[in-house]
Amino acid sequence: MTQSLTLSRLTKSYQDTKALHDVTLSVGAGERVALLGHNGAGKSTLMKIVLGLIPYDSGEVRVLGARPGSAAARAGVAYLPENVAFHPALTGLEQIRHYLRLRGEPAQLAPDLLARVGLADAGKRRIGTYSKGMRQRVGLAQALIGRPRLLVLDEPTSGLDPVSRRDFYTLLDDLAADGASILLSSHALTEVEARTDRLVILSGGRLVTQGSLTDLRRQAALPVALHVVPREGQGARLAEALPQGRMNGTGVYLDCAPDAKLATLSRITALGGIVADIDVIPPSLEDIYSHFSRRDGQ
Amino acid sequence: MSRILATAQTEFLIALRNRWVTIAVAMMVVFSLVLAAAGSAPSGALGADRLSVTVASLTSLSVYLVPLVALLMSFDGIAGEVERGTLPLVLTYPVSRAELILGKLLAHLGVLSVAVAAGYGSAAVAAVATDADALAGLPALWRLMWTAVLLGAAFLCLGYALSGLSRRPSGAAGLAIGLWLVMIVLYDLGLLAAVVADDGGWFTTELFPWLLVLNPADAFRLFNLAASEATAAAAGIGGAAGAIPPVQALVSLVVWPLAALLASVLIFRKVTP
Ligand SMILES: Nc1ncnc2c1ncn2[C@@H]1O[C@H](COP(=O)(O)OP(=O)(O)OP(=O)(O)O)[C@@H](O)[C@H]1O
Ligand SMILES: [Mg+2]
Repeated sequence: MTQSLTLSRLTKSYQDTKALHDVTLSVGAGERVALLGHNGAGKSTLMKIVLGLIPYDSGEVRVLGARPGSAAARAGVAYLPENVAFHPALTGLEQIRHYLRLRGEPAQLAPDLLARVGLADAGKRRIGTYSKGMRQRVGLAQALIGRPRLLVLDEPTSGLDPVSRRDFYTLLDDLAADGASILLSSHALTEVEARTDRLVILSGGRLVTQGSLTDLRRQAALPVALHVVPREGQGARLAEALPQGRMNGTGVYLDCAPDAKLATLSRITALGGIVADIDVIPPSLEDIYSHFSRRDGQ
Repeated sequence: MSRILATAQTEFLIALRNRWVTIAVAMMVVFSLVLAAAGSAPSGALGADRLSVTVASLTSLSVYLVPLVALLMSFDGIAGEVERGTLPLVLTYPVSRAELILGKLLAHLGVLSVAVAAGYGSAAVAAVATDADALAGLPALWRLMWTAVLLGAAFLCLGYALSGLSRRPSGAAGLAIGLWLVMIVLYDLGLLAAVVADDGGWFTTELFPWLLVLNPADAFRLFNLAASEATAAAAGIGGAAGAIPPVQALVSLVVWPLAALLASVLIFRKVTP
């Protein structure tokens, strides 16, 4: 597969903090990759390096086969910074026309672009009067200019309402179907899990793991929780039969390793008449994420 | 080129919205008209037409006003973008930093040219309206206009350089005012003090003329006064103006904007957003 972006052993430190440590990562054509990690994990730093905005200490970075920040790389890469800002005195249309001209595209495309992000009506108003989400959409609109081959989006859905978020991921799907690669960062686990191909977790500047959610679930091997509900008046007998569990008002809770799940379930069903119901609760996305993303540990 | 024009167009729009165009034009027109009115009384005595006299007083005015307006427009050029947070995004576009500065320069030069044309133009109209011979002064007025634009270009670029050095608009504003004070006010005062102390010695005859040419504002004054001899007598530094061929003052006026532009681009290249 052709790689739009490859980082190998990338290391970057600011004066006293080590922001990135030995990060190796690649993004293929048409792939949507989500960068996750705690505040200060190094997500924005990684993105700025990919765009050539800041220098790095060691390692290798290739963006569309070129040096980050080179003319070839900039021509094919679109960026949405976190906390995107524009000149407040310009209108949305003027700002987008400006960016179109900088990319050598016809300025008449501006209304279309604004319409694609749901800003068709506000285009003639000054950006100074926009809400946060509206500014974010102007940022998205400029990232769509000129069929970029790699989109680097730093927290693209921050400030967007739920409906706009869904529309945004639909936009991404279209772009990826056209062969564009997407690297985005986010703190919204659920939406990212459903709408991207791969999750990459950074913690304290190190890449701790990457893969689909299924991969990460398997790697983490977190215990599955079982909630066993007894029949009327059988609570005491059930607690006796499952001594490793904890009794609460409604039934018995017990944890079991993922590979022991089936065995445990069949042991419980074998109890027969005293069991009314069983709920299997897999580890949540947050559990898996916090398993990998430890702020201070290790 | 199209990227420079795109930047220039947007910057001009911003200058218009920020009222910079209004402020610059109003300042130039008001001061020019005041000078035209004040200078109208004794013109006959010098034997020069009224417009030439007006040009002489406009020269002295422009030495102060044009650099000030230029610095006020440009100090925000880079530092403002850093503070607003608009710089990182634009730097990921396929546009070079030199092109960005050239675009800003083009827009701000446009504003300055409009202001200079409006100011000098209104003074000229006032002069011609009261003195039929004043048309003889038109070449001097034209020369004043394009040299004022050159002088403005030098200080615009110096403003961008300071803006890139300080990264914060408040710091850049301080540096810009400081630069104006030093280059426009203190420089001449220092030279004057040195000339007085030297009392006609080597400094006054050999070094002083070159020190004048070295400063773009003095070069601007020299060039315009030397070029119109009739009015040179009316101004204080007529003697020094005579000692230097106007060509050298003109070279200084052309080299300064280019050198300042180069410096601002080099400084901007070092700015990490
Ligand atoms: N300009 C800078 N100077 C010094 N240190 C910096 C600078 N920018 C970032 N850092 C440090 O680098 C580390 C990584 O920061 P970065 O902005 O990449 O985090 P992030 O993952 O984007 O966090 P968030 O989720 O809050 O956006 C942090 O410890 C931060 O303090
Ligand atoms: Mg960040």
